[in-house]
Amino acid sequence: MAYSTEDLAIMDSIIARYPRSRSAIMPLLHFVQSRVGFVDGEGIELIAKLLTLETAEVSAVATFYTQYKRKPVGEYHVGVCTNTLCAVMGGDAIFAGLKAHLGLENDGVTADGKVSLEHIECNAACDYAPVVMANWEFYDNQTVQSSKDLVDSMRQGDPKPPTRGPNTLVTWKEASAVLAGINDGKAHEGIQAGEPSLLGLKISKEGKK
Amino acid sequence: MTQLVPVLSAHWDEKDSFTIEAYTRHGGYKASQKALTMDPDAVIQMVKDSGLRGRGGAGFPTGMKWGFIPQGDNKDHYLVVNADESEPGTCKDTPLLMANPHVLIEGCIIACHAIRAKHAFIYIRGEVTHVVRRMNQAIEDAYKAGHLGNGVELVLHVGAGAYICGEETALLDSLEGFRGQPRLRPPFPAIAGLYARPTVVNNVESIASVPAIIANGAEWYQSMGTEKSKGTTLYSLSGHVNNPGQFEAPLGITLREILELSGGIRTGHTLKFWTPGGSSTPIFTQDHLDTPLDYEGVSAAGSMLGTKALQIFDETTCVVRAVLRWTEFYKHESCGKCTPCREGTWWLVQILRDLEAGKGTEADLAKLLDLCDNILGRSFCALGDGATSPITSSIKYFRDEYIAHITHGGCPFDPVASTLFVGVGA
Amino acid sequence: MTTAEIVDMITVVIDGFEVSVPKGTLVIRAAEQLGIQIPRFCDHPLLDPVGACRQCLVDIEINGRAFPKPQASCTIPVEPGMIVKTQLTSPVADKAQQGVMELLLINHPLDCPVCDKGGECPLQNQALSSGHSESRFQGVKRTFEKPINISSQVLLDRERCVLCARCTRFSEQIASDPFITLNERGALQQVGIYEKQPFTSYFSGNTVQICPVGALTGASYRFRARPFDLVSTPSACEHCASGCDMRTDVRRGKTLRRLAGEDASVNEEWNCDKGRWAFKYVTAVDRLAHPQIRNSDGELVQASWPEALAAAAQGLKASASAVLIGGRTTHEDAYGYSKFARIALNTNDIDFRSRVSSDEEREFLATHIVGSTTTYLDIDRADHVVLVGFEPEEESPIVFLRINKQFRKRALKVTSIGSKLSIGVEKLKGEFVKVAPGEEATAIAGLPLTAKSVILVGERASESAGVLSAVAALASSTSAKVAWIPRRAGERGALEAGAIGNLLPGGRPVSDASARVDIAALWNAPSLPTTVGRSNDEIYAAVNSGDLGALLVGGVDPLDGLNSTAALAALDKAFVVSLEIAPSEVTQRANVILPVAAITEKSGSFLNWEGRARKFDAAVDNSLNRSDLRILSMIAQEMGVSLNLGTVTAAAKEIASIGTWDGARATMKPIKSGKTESLKDNEFILTSWRRLLDLGTLQKGEDNLAGTARQCVAVISPKRAASLGVVDGDQLKISSALGAVTLPALVEDIHDDAVWAPRNSRGSQLLVNLGAAHGAVVTVVKI
Repeated sequence: MAYSTEDLAIMDSIIARYPRSRSAIMPLLHFVQSRVGFVDGEGIELIAKLLTLETAEVSAVATFYTQYKRKPVGEYHVGVCTNTLCAVMGGDAIFAGLKAHLGLENDGVTADGKVSLEHIECNAACDYAPVVMANWEFYDNQTVQSSKDLVDSMRQGDPKPPTRGPNTLVTWKEASAVLAGINDGKAHEGIQAGEPSLLGLKISKEGKK
Repeated sequence: MTQLVPVLSAHWDEKDSFTIEAYTRHGGYKASQKALTMDPDAVIQMVKDSGLRGRGGAGFPTGMKWGFIPQGDNKDHYLVVNADESEPGTCKDTPLLMANPHVLIEGCIIACHAIRAKHAFIYIRGEVTHVVRRMNQAIEDAYKAGHLGNGVELVLHVGAGAYICGEETALLDSLEGFRGQPRLRPPFPAIAGLYARPTVVNNVESIASVPAIIANGAEWYQSMGTEKSKGTTLYSLSGHVNNPGQFEAPLGITLREILELSGGIRTGHTLKFWTPGGSSTPIFTQDHLDTPLDYEGVSAAGSMLGTKALQIFDETTCVVRAVLRWTEFYKHESCGKCTPCREGTWWLVQILRDLEAGKGTEADLAKLLDLCDNILGRSFCALGDGATSPITSSIKYFRDEYIAHITHGGCPFDPVASTLFVGVGA
Repeated sequence: MTTAEIVDMITVVIDGFEVSVPKGTLVIRAAEQLGIQIPRFCDHPLLDPVGACRQCLVDIEINGRAFPKPQASCTIPVEPGMIVKTQLTSPVADKAQQGVMELLLINHPLDCPVCDKGGECPLQNQALSSGHSESRFQGVKRTFEKPINISSQVLLDRERCVLCARCTRFSEQIASDPFITLNERGALQQVGIYEKQPFTSYFSGNTVQICPVGALTGASYRFRARPFDLVSTPSACEHCASGCDMRTDVRRGKTLRRLAGEDASVNEEWNCDKGRWAFKYVTAVDRLAHPQIRNSDGELVQASWPEALAAAAQGLKASASAVLIGGRTTHEDAYGYSKFARIALNTNDIDFRSRVSSDEEREFLATHIVGSTTTYLDIDRADHVVLVGFEPEEESPIVFLRINKQFRKRALKVTSIGSKLSIGVEKLKGEFVKVAPGEEATAIAGLPLTAKSVILVGERASESAGVLSAVAALASSTSAKVAWIPRRAGERGALEAGAIGNLLPGGRPVSDASARVDIAALWNAPSLPTTVGRSNDEIYAAVNSGDLGALLVGGVDPLDGLNSTAALAALDKAFVVSLEIAPSEVTQRANVILPVAAITEKSGSFLNWEGRARKFDAAVDNSLNRSDLRILSMIAQEMGVSLNLGTVTAAAKEIASIGTWDGARATMKPIKSGKTESLKDNEFILTSWRRLLDLGTLQKGEDNLAGTARQCVAVISPKRAASLGVVDGDQLKISSALGAVTLPALVEDIHDDAVWAPRNSRGSQLLVNLGAAHGAVVTVVKI
């Protein structure tokens, strides 16, 4: 794809955030994903040019980080936590259930391009286990059935909203733009904290009553 | 009985807690105003006096770390906040930033003043879109309100999925636009950190604790906690408990106390093993219910306080399966730089898979332990060390269970029994 | 103030033995001082410590406080009170090392029997010396696709790689060519390139050499030999004037590979890919095997040595003769030619500069360069390096590495005077003083240099009138050091040997009577010719005008000058005696051809640009080919003159006895710089240099090497490109009165008046195609 003048201006503004331009590699890679859906050769070459680096230096960075995808993912990229705690509490069953339900293996994408699936590592929401992420938004306390319902809603084009996140689930590309540091105006949406986050506070207040 | 003391989490239950209005309503940005009128050295002294220690796991005194930054060196100084929360079990910074990003920003302003830095970075993990949104909006709002941009520039840097970037020097390399692999030390970041300039790297919770210290004074802070572990901290309870969640309490509370306050182990079940501070800290058992959860107490009992990530597993959990999964995590997240960690985790996973599948032998246990001995303290950074913790500690407490896999010819546990939705017909 | 640098020494105890080493020394190297070898893979003395492989773990205590765990001895500098226990005395260190070795091997394939590194492999050696004989690993090994080409000359076998990162660190830290990097993560981490950008570094071969396993191999050596079947000979590189120490490995009379040798003061442990991988020319070309004589029918026929020598002597005696030699003549051979010209031909008509040259240059060499002592060390200590008519990366790669080392270490300031910004100068972040071709002299005057500055002048400086005069003036006004760095390995030696019309050996001016007496005495000659000799171009002209009748020519390509028509005409006309290794434009026109030994077949020395002798022995034993020197002696004998230079040793001894010239030096007559050209719309001033990898005669038959040559392009500035409507990749035709070349356009940082093209690359042989190289007005049109 060709990057628009506006895209290039955004990329320049990303570079301008940092005292040294090379620091911008990671947000620029997120930005490439927001436009292309994954990190392609053109994106690597463009970043190398913008930062006066060799392409090998950019691809060395791009291949180090799990979130940068080398091939297209779904419009909704679903990650099931299968690190120990989530796995034990149901993550393994959820992942197996989703694989069967979608007919996918790990890293697979549905034929309609709507949903892709991977098992992920701990996503810092253990008190909401088992956790499923979609475009890196939280779907807390999942069950095999709830996660199947979730991916079905995605395939129908009307994904259920995250449990702790914006009112609607944004697409993979839109989420990537957020990760590149672009404000989508949705920060105020959704709850400020889920019940487990507030549990200690609640108990403390009850104790003081 | 130790009581919960919400400080960081005090206002999380207000619907708009993450906005600048809500934060200001509760006295937000007063502490930074106060700090900016103080001599930077006095700020450092106050943080030293408070007894605040690093909440990212190592527990290094925060004020002392700030004091290492050379002064009057005419160099740029940097503050880097480690928000790359990725240690399995750790889930404290994420809810904190979701509910109250401004407290971190205010902490950054104070810390920058203290260490004479004009530029701060928050390195946040990339797999939390909404937290990134909230954090970015908060920074925008703080700029608009003039808290930022008048002497302190703050940039949110979003990671992209690499646990190793929680290691501070790997984080710096990543922030500089390189592969996130740890650097040789010395030089330490205080001398040559970001862009080879003096740099303080602090955990989110450490920096977020600073505004309250400035506002309420060092004495207030150090009146809480134990002799060498001062203040309050977030304990994250997860797993086979009736009510998981965040519990802010003075350092030194015990798991027994937290379980009593929160509603205990999953009804009808018993505690089998738990981590005091994430998967890299050697596991504990029922015998450690009364261990004071402060830096010294946990250390004396043979583990580490780490990130206070209390992952609770009951008797339905197969320890071999748990350990294998953690080991697979370390293999996936090993950066590849050094031989022991890169090759060692590759090998450990294979042995553990065989053991879990009942294809191991007792000799494999000896081999596992010897391998761990060849990895622990031989790796470049603590990731390799962490990979051995679950293995050696689990063999120490549950050797029989490993043997049972061998004699049983496979895992004797029913994986369904350990799920949250067992019996719900999921 | 003392001149000696004071070094703090620190004493440490290693395995019970005390050793004192300079402060800053790493433990692993302090141990080496005691002969204690700590195994290692990632450690390399010329690369920044990384501590990645963990093979060198040792136990350390400092003033009684022991480190809680073994430390990587490659990353820790010695400290006072340090006690080190290596694998020899510490069971903990020994187990740690055994453990790392075992881990390194779990994923390493057992393909040593088919691996090029087998027999000289640090992993193999250390596994045998300090590893277990059996592995406890019973699992699944990591596999990758077997070797992949990361360039046309380097192959990568990722299964064998131990991820020590020596190659990637070299590429980044030494060559500043980060085309290879570590990719992926964890156990899948691997060395690699970006798919569309191969490893086209001029220095890529060093990574093959420092790879501690067989992961990186050279395409031209792959599967050719076993190291234990090779006979190694120390040698010197003949490709340029950097002066690399080399090792030549020969099996049954055939060179199979060449490696960089170690010389800390010259090439450290590096060389360039041309030096490493261009050696087949010796065997690839159709070598001349026998003497030949042109018969009365004008045909070249095979002759016996006595016949040929007699014919040569007779022809040279018959008329006024001159000597032309090429830039790759050894110091000893050049001395032979120099002496031969004076005592056998009674002439000073001799010139080693078989290239574009000038009288201003000859004067500059005689006044500023012969006997000069600027060295690599001066670059190490310089406060500022100025490049004049010189692209170090293309024309003397080790000089580039040395400047780059100081640039990376301490941001050494580099200024380049020229028309086009080069890749090399860009890597050095050099200040680029952009001038139109021909106007360099103006830019040189007034550069703010000091006595610690170094001006590096290339042979192309002679191509702009006034440049060398300006350099001389700048050096004199600032006391900056000057060095002259010709492209070819033999030129400095030939200059010192007096193979030039205005100098006798040892920098003695021909015009100085006492200098002539000096040398005449040494040579047992009654007198020496007094007239200053003709230059290269003047010699050809004199043949064409009938003033000269015969030429003795050694290793010259007549197409290397600006006026090759005149050169070829002269060779057609004169009686030519040609000393050559292979058929050439000269042998085609010669009356007598005398085959000579190639570099690998003889001993001798080159003087590199510093004037430092780079001695080498014959790498191939029992060659029947004789050196130029030996053949010159035989011709002289046939002419009734005794050269007394029967062997290289005899020549070297005689050269050594000359001593330095303490008489008056020649003086230089300053030359004004040329006029500014006024250009029409499609007119440009040509500028060019030779790429390191191009159509050079010594690169013949090296297809793998040629595959990494830089792209052939015609470079014009953005402003001119816009006015001509040219974008990158358009075909540009550059024309002179003589002819034209057509190349794809590259719009880059170049003076608006200038067009740049490679001087001697495929499709762009400017001297032959255009009869121009620098400073001439050419037309450029888009086609």
